[in-house]
Amino acid sequence: MSSLILDLLLVIALLWSALRSLMTRDLFRAVVLFIVFGLLMALVWARLHAPDIALAEAAIGAGLTGALLLDTVGYLRKKQQESFP
Amino acid sequence: MRNLLNVLVIVLSAALGLVLIGVILESPSPARVRLPEEVLMQIGASGVTHPVTAVLLNFRGYDTLLEVMVLLLALLGVLAQMGKQKRENPPAGFYLTEPRMQVLLWLARVLVPLMVLVAGYLLWAGGHQPGGAFQAGAVLAAAGVLLNLSGLLPSWMEPAWNLRAGLVSGLLVFLLIAAAVMMTASPGLLLQYPPASAGMLILLVETGLTLSLGLILAGLFLFLSGDAIDDEADK
Amino acid sequence: MSGALIYACAGAVLFVFGVTGLILLPHLLRKILAFNIMGSGVFLVLVGLGQRDGTPDPVPQAMVLTGIVVAVAATALALALVRRLLSLTGKIQFPEEPEGSGRCWKNK
Repeated sequence: MSSLILDLLLVIALLWSALRSLMTRDLFRAVVLFIVFGLLMALVWARLHAPDIALAEAAIGAGLTGALLLDTVGYLRKKQQESFP
Repeated sequence: MRNLLNVLVIVLSAALGLVLIGVILESPSPARVRLPEEVLMQIGASGVTHPVTAVLLNFRGYDTLLEVMVLLLALLGVLAQMGKQKRENPPAGFYLTEPRMQVLLWLARVLVPLMVLVAGYLLWAGGHQPGGAFQAGAVLAAAGVLLNLSGLLPSWMEPAWNLRAGLVSGLLVFLLIAAAVMMTASPGLLLQYPPASAGMLILLVETGLTLSLGLILAGLFLFLSGDAIDDEADK
Repeated sequence: MSGALIYACAGAVLFVFGVTGLILLPHLLRKILAFNIMGSGVFLVLVGLGQRDGTPDPVPQAMVLTGIVVAVAATALALALVRRLLSLTGKIQFPEEPEGSGRCWKNK
């Protein structure tokens, strides 16, 4: 019973972070929420008895994708500051 | 009109979601073919004891081969989008004066050798417990990204010959082993490792894949982060 | 209703979020975020459905491992293309077609 409650809580947190990541106005906050979503996905993979996927998701899905997205957000901000000083 | 279309899209997507959930809940259990038992029956002949590694590198090795090719193709696409820009990194002295960057520098210097060690362990442990080439390559890529973010490794511009060799070495090792196996042990069948030497072959392929994957994944970040802001040069 | 089935349904909901976001959001970076969320939903459905009766299934897990790595490569390529589009046109949205033009090609 308690494992089912844990699963439900994880699912609610997952769906909420995904929804907020897509709907928030600030781009930086959206990317940070996406990284949170990736880490929650790593927890979900651990709950689904898939430790290989949990390792890969935490390192690649949340870590590398998050770094790529944050780098692009920084690049876009610098570019906007250049064209609208 | 736009709002009406948006509402229509949302309503249709909600309907799609309900249909998908209904299908998932109603789908019958598989009757005859049970994949986990099939894998466990054949795992003795695969050379490793961890089922996911056996599936990834032996039973479905062809998918892994194609996946490395797709990764290289994506890296070539990223390289094609970057123009020829000169190096724009600030000198390293800039970083050493700020206190928060000193913590990052110290962290990078302590963590990166540990990460290389962890990657080597994950590569070896993939045979009998969760781990393997992809996780090890991801840890190596993360080490590269950490080095770049703390200023110790400048962003990559145009790959030199040694970087190019490292990037393709994993795929080449995989192809060479596949060709050697196809010509000697099991003629005509692709990637049918002979059960006696399957473990050693899988370890060789995984080593090449780890090095290559670490370089490719780090390159996906490092080639992008060196993009200069003033890009009138490539117009 | 086992735990794996709950995650499979959550994966379907994530997929729907991703598809809606991909269609409706105009900013290209948000489209990339929606695409990644869509991919994660598909992976959840793959592994969750395979584990419906409790035993972990290694074949979908291997496929999802491949899928995660390919998704990050596709994201990197998409980000490189976004930067290129930004440097060529100056904005991060798809170029607007004039309304009602109805042509399939553009006269140069």
